[in-house]
Amino acid sequence: MIRIANGQGFWGDSLEAPVEQVRRGPIDYLTLDYLAEITMSILQKQRSRDPKAGYARDFVDMIARVLPDLVERRIRVIANAGGVNPAACRDAVLAVAKRQGIDVAVATVAGDDIMGKLDEFIGRGVALKNMETGEPLSSIRDRVQSANVYFGAFPVAEALGNGAQIVITGRVTDTGLALAPMIHEFGWKVDDWDRLSAGTIAGHTVECGAQCTGGNCQIDWESIPNMADIGYPIIEAEPDGTFVITKHAGTGGRVTVASVKEQLLYEMGDPREYITPDCVADFTTIQLEQCGPDRVRYTGIRGRPATPFYKVSVSYAAGFKAIGSLVYAWPDAYKKARAADRIIRDRLDRLGLTFDEIRTEFVGANATQGIPSAEPSSEVEPQLAEVLMRIGVRSNDRAAVDRFTKEIAPLALNGPPVVTGFGSGRPKVEEIVAYWPALIPKTEVAPEMTLWRNES
Amino acid sequence: MAKRKLIELAHARSGDKGDTANVGIIARKPEFYSILVKEVTADRVKEHFRGVCLGKVERFEIPNLSALNFLLHESLDGGGTLALKADPQGKTYSSALLRMEIDVD
Repeated sequence: MIRIANGQGFWGDSLEAPVEQVRRGPIDYLTLDYLAEITMSILQKQRSRDPKAGYARDFVDMIARVLPDLVERRIRVIANAGGVNPAACRDAVLAVAKRQGIDVAVATVAGDDIMGKLDEFIGRGVALKNMETGEPLSSIRDRVQSANVYFGAFPVAEALGNGAQIVITGRVTDTGLALAPMIHEFGWKVDDWDRLSAGTIAGHTVECGAQCTGGNCQIDWESIPNMADIGYPIIEAEPDGTFVITKHAGTGGRVTVASVKEQLLYEMGDPREYITPDCVADFTTIQLEQCGPDRVRYTGIRGRPATPFYKVSVSYAAGFKAIGSLVYAWPDAYKKARAADRIIRDRLDRLGLTFDEIRTEFVGANATQGIPSAEPSSEVEPQLAEVLMRIGVRSNDRAAVDRFTKEIAPLALNGPPVVTGFGSGRPKVEEIVAYWPALIPKTEVAPEMTLWRNES
Repeated sequence: MAKRKLIELAHARSGDKGDTANVGIIARKPEFYSILVKEVTADRVKEHFRGVCLGKVERFEIPNLSALNFLLHESLDGGGTLALKADPQGKTYSSALLRMEIDVD
C-alpha cells in the first residue's frame, strides 16, 4: 500500500495544507495541482515579460519550507507547478536545495507547450477545432495567448522510475498527478484500463483538496468538526486498484461516503465516460463503503481504452469587461437598486454606447442562483436590509468599457436615495482571456522528461 | 401525495465546463433514489432553471452512487472569464436545484 496525499486543490489554495500533509502523519507522495485554464495565460504573460518567470512561485516557497522533511522521510513530490516554464521552476527549486545544502533529484515533464507549433499544425491540417462550436483555431489565431496539451500520468511515472524525488510538470491532468505513483509503484501497464481508471477516480476524488474531506460539503455541514484545521485528502492505494480515501488522524473535517460522493459529481459530464489521456473511467462502476471513521473504500471500478487524442487548452484575447456595484439600503432596497440599473442603462444609451452584453444582478435578492423560485417574496422584498446592484458590460471596444466605468459613482449624488459602496472608486477595465478547448492526435506531440540533480 | 422540497431528500454539488454547468444530486438515503429518478426529470430541471439555462438539459443516472447528474447547457453567460455573472462557474446551482418542490407518496 502507498499513501498519496493532495496538498493543493488550485493555485490560491491554503499555503499550510502541503506542509501539514508532510508533517502530520505518514505519506509517500505529495501531489499539488496549481493550474487552471485561466492560469496558463497569466503565466504566459509573466514569461513574456521575464524569461525566468511563468511558473507557480508558491510551490518554490513551499519546497523551501519542507525540503529537509521530504528528504529525511523520502517523500516524493509531484506538482504541475511548472506552468509554461518548468525549467525555470526546476532551477528555482535546485537553487533552494543548494542553499540548504541538500542534494535532490528533480525531473521536469514538458513538451505540453505547443504555442510555437500552432502555425505548423494548422498548415498541416491539424485544425484544433473548438470542441464546443466546431470553429477552426485559425479564426482566432492572431489572438492566441497560450496553447497547452494535457499530458497524462505516464511521463510522470517515467520520471519517478528514473529516480526523481520532485517532479515538476507543465500541463499534466490533475488526475494524472495522483495516478502516476500507482503506475510507478505497482507496474501498471498502458492497457490496464480498469486499474488506470481506478487510479484516475482516486485522483479525481482528491484533486480539489479538502473538497472531499468536508470542505464545501452540503450534507450536515454545521456538524463537520474543526474546519479551521481541516485535513486534506490521502489516497491509500493498493496494487489491485482498490483504494481508501482518508486524512491524517487528529485533523478536522470529515471523510464519509456522502462527502466523497459530492466530490465525485464535481465537474462531471457523462459518468460512463470520464475521458483522460490515460483511460476512459466509468463512474457508474464505483462501489463505496465506509470502512472506518474518516475512511471510505472504493472497489469495483472499471474502465475502457484511452482515446487517440490529447485535449488542448488554448487561451485567447476576447475583448474587455468591467463590473461595478452600488449598495442600496432599507426601505425598498431592491426597488431602488433596480431603478439605479435602469438609470445607468438610460445614460449609456444617451452616450450612444453599445456593448455585446450588459448584465445586472442584485446581490442580496437573487444574484447567484437567478432562478424564478429564488426571488424574494412580496412580503420579504421591501424589508431587505440592503441590496448590492452589480452591473457589468462586455465589448471589444475598450473605450466604451472604460466610459462605462465612469457612470457608476455619479449615482451616489444623482440617483435613488440611501446608497453607499462606491468608496473604492471606478471599476477597472479587465482584458478578457477566453478559453478554447480542442483535441490533437496523440501522434502529433510527445512529452519530454528530463532529470536533474544539483551539485551540492 | 405531499409536496417536499428536494433539499429534504438530496444533497448536491455543481461545477462548470465552459458555458455548461453540471449539477449532481445525491439521495440522502438510498431509498430516495427512485423518487429522484421519477420526479427530477430533465424537463422539470429545464423549467426550474428558466431564464438561467438557455440550452438543453441532459440527465445521467448513477444508481451505484444513488445520484443523478444534470448538464445545463448555455447556462453560464458564455462561461469562465467571458461571463459577467456573480457566479460564473455555477457553484451555487447545486442548492438552486434543491429548491425544487417534488411530489412524494
